[in-house]
Amino acid sequence: MNSREIILETVKRNQPRVAALPEVPLFDPHLPDPWRQFGENLQRMGGTLVEPSPDDGLASVIKALHPDAKIIASATPEIEGTKQLEGVGAPRNLSDVDVGVVRAAFGVAETGSVFLSDVDLGIRALGYLSQHLVVLLDPAEVVGNLHQAYHRPEFATASYAVLMTGPSATADIEGVLIHGAQGVRTLSVVARPVAVASQQAATNSQ
Amino acid sequence: MKVALFVPCFVDAFFPEIGIATLELLERLGVEVEYPLDQTCCGQPVANSGCQDDVAGVEALFVKNFAGYEYIVTPSGSCTHHIRHHFDAIPQTEEVTQVRERTFELVEFLHDVLNVDAFPWAAFPHKVGLHNSCGTLRGLRHASMSELGEPFFSKPVALLSKVEGLEFVKPSRPDECCGFGGTFSIFEEPVSAKMGYDKIMDHKNAGADYIVSADNSCLMHQKGCAERMGVDLKFIHIAQILNGDSA
Amino acid sequence: MKRIDHAEASSHFIAEKENEAFHDKRLWDLRMKRDGQRDDVPEWSELRDLASAIKEHTLTHLSDYLLQFEENAKKNGAYVHWALDAEEHNRIVHEILADHKAKTLVKSKSMLTDECELRPYLARRGVDVIETDLGERIQQLDDEPPSHIVVPAVHKLRGDVAEVFARTLDSDPANDDPHYLSEHARITTRPYFLNAEAGMTGGNFAVAETGAVVVCTNEGNADLSATVPPLHIASIGIEKVIPRTEHVAVFVRMLSRSAVGSPITQYTSHFRKPPDGGELHIILVDNGRSERLGMEEFWTSLKCIRCGACMNTCPVYRRSGGLSYGGVYSGPIGIILNPTTDMRKYSNLPFASTLNGSCTAVCPVKINIHEQIYQWRRILSEHNQLPFVKKAAMKVSGRILSDPKAYRRTLSATDAAMEHLPRFLLYTRFNAWGKQREVPITPDHTFHAWYLKNRGASS
Repeated sequence: MNSREIILETVKRNQPRVAALPEVPLFDPHLPDPWRQFGENLQRMGGTLVEPSPDDGLASVIKALHPDAKIIASATPEIEGTKQLEGVGAPRNLSDVDVGVVRAAFGVAETGSVFLSDVDLGIRALGYLSQHLVVLLDPAEVVGNLHQAYHRPEFATASYAVLMTGPSATADIEGVLIHGAQGVRTLSVVARPVAVASQQAATNSQ
Repeated sequence: MKVALFVPCFVDAFFPEIGIATLELLERLGVEVEYPLDQTCCGQPVANSGCQDDVAGVEALFVKNFAGYEYIVTPSGSCTHHIRHHFDAIPQTEEVTQVRERTFELVEFLHDVLNVDAFPWAAFPHKVGLHNSCGTLRGLRHASMSELGEPFFSKPVALLSKVEGLEFVKPSRPDECCGFGGTFSIFEEPVSAKMGYDKIMDHKNAGADYIVSADNSCLMHQKGCAERMGVDLKFIHIAQILNGDSA
Repeated sequence: MKRIDHAEASSHFIAEKENEAFHDKRLWDLRMKRDGQRDDVPEWSELRDLASAIKEHTLTHLSDYLLQFEENAKKNGAYVHWALDAEEHNRIVHEILADHKAKTLVKSKSMLTDECELRPYLARRGVDVIETDLGERIQQLDDEPPSHIVVPAVHKLRGDVAEVFARTLDSDPANDDPHYLSEHARITTRPYFLNAEAGMTGGNFAVAETGAVVVCTNEGNADLSATVPPLHIASIGIEKVIPRTEHVAVFVRMLSRSAVGSPITQYTSHFRKPPDGGELHIILVDNGRSERLGMEEFWTSLKCIRCGACMNTCPVYRRSGGLSYGGVYSGPIGIILNPTTDMRKYSNLPFASTLNGSCTAVCPVKINIHEQIYQWRRILSEHNQLPFVKKAAMKVSGRILSDPKAYRRTLSATDAAMEHLPRFLLYTRFNAWGKQREVPITPDHTFHAWYLKNRGASS
């Protein structure tokens, strides 16, 4: 018998008495206004919320956030970027990216998280090697809590998915909170509806 | 109403005044109290070391002494917790089960069975730090525990609030263990002593003059720490306060 | 194998006054933060019930769920390996690395890989393993095991970290600012992410329905380890399987809240399929778990989601530090897990507890930890693992306490002794009670004697 068979056989032999699987409710009646709650929790987790007016060009919003950024890589057609993701080759070649720009599929109010899949990221490492991340989010695509989030279809289809909540952080040294531990130093969520965005992509001003 | 009084071994040997206060208090409340003379100990120190074979005789003697009584009352939360939740080194006959179910810690008995709502003979005009031992708090559910976020309730507070002049202080970690833990106090002495020190300082810093508990084992440990440290704190069992013993 | 002496190790930890004071305060603070988060979630106690029930259901049907997980993971293009024990796990990892000619491995925190002692195994075979979690990195550089499963270097002060980094990473020995030290760790670790041929993570949950592995971190180092190099190895204990994606919500809502009092970790990542051109290897590890599943009193310890809440609340752990437990797992969960791996070595651990029960009350999956600690004491006694002195004392006590006359005789003898012994004899090094406490004064009479005198002999 190989290890797989031994393990399965031992497990089957030792499994204790049967216990039923419970139904998990959504716990979602009486949830507060998702957009406001999302913003509060995002900021509590160290992220920045930007709510530009519909007329503001995305490029200028990003420039205002990161005026000194030289290399911008975007996974969303709404922003041009200075470094194209196509033809980047190995993920490590993103190590010089100052600002990564992505669009999140949805947000989660309970925690201030944004959902990003491999499709949303283009190259998975973009979300981690960039020094800063700018995440576009449609305020209409914010669910109330994690139960609702995990019922979203994106979790079934994504090859890779992350619930990202604020920037990289650690408090491993004397409990002092540090942002920019290994991943991005800052994470900014820019409120921008998808419908408006597709118009913006067409004009694509710098 | 008739009850049997169980006086824990260390109370019998070192703190007889607590046994006396318990007896007198019950009598004041109109209870007839019998004290089986052949009682020794509930066996907790031996059982807590995992030695079921060695403790079987102790448990059998306890059942022999207390069988047939409707209530067995003891001024010790840890003993009560042990008897009700662990006493299984002997076959669980109906007699054994009855003795186990009918054992009450004093505060529980006063609060749940006698429903005492006044202690007119008692006054205790002092600042008091209430120590809920882990046995009474998490074992016997004397009071709400901070881990669960449940609505506040406390049987000892309910009783002590009826004692004239008594004022509660608020330590910063009210339900952290004081570090006695039975044989832990001997075999893990460094941590036990540190926990004891931290506990008494927490009460002292909250303004307590007295620390009161339903468990004298904890008080014995805390008192030992306080005396060694030279910290001015006094220790008293809840039976003594409720019985009107002077400070 | 020498018995771990928790008490002895604790005395050294307590002697480091500044470290101990910080350690206790920091972890109590995490416990308080956890309480605050619990108050924010009105359905907290329902979530605990659900989490416990989901885990118990899964464990009682584990063979089915393991098969389902394997099937779906393979459909996704992942490789699935099975490791019976630590040695096999390490061998599998090495074989995968050798196949890919990988010489450097970046990894995120995984208690399982510490359990298997993977790093020395790979080091002996010429593979450089870089711990990337900051706490684990500090401990790796200091050649010490992690002391806490969530905050591995919590027993160190900033000066201690500065000393380690100055010695091993060429940082400025005079600069102990945590911001400087973290930045230094970031800068010196980043090249490893960029150049390693392989990355390794653990797994918090393995979803049977989809074959996905869920990894929760705050630093993003698991994602860097998994997405930069072309090869990702995920090692996961077989008890981490849960049935469906919707169940992940229950656990993710409780994990970080219980661990550090934040609603969620900064990164909750779900690895289902490898990227184009990449490879994902999942290693399912037994290492004693299937045996523990058959232990009536202890199988529910397999529900553990490694949050560390029990350590944060444990008053003994906070004052003795994780290293005093001498094993990969420490604190309350360590007490009930470690003796399954080596009963003799860890025979003292179940006595490093006051049985206060706080751990059980904070456990998000409702493991009755303190009751299992109590049960372990019985097992150790039955297996003759108690120290001789203690066992002998218990035998004598048991005999005296079951005989009323013998008991009364002993009491009077002891009273007399204690009454007349001078202080220097009472407080010797054999009297552990008396090291830091005063011994109670013996009264004039026992209660028993008072009763006979004042209430008559009848009863």
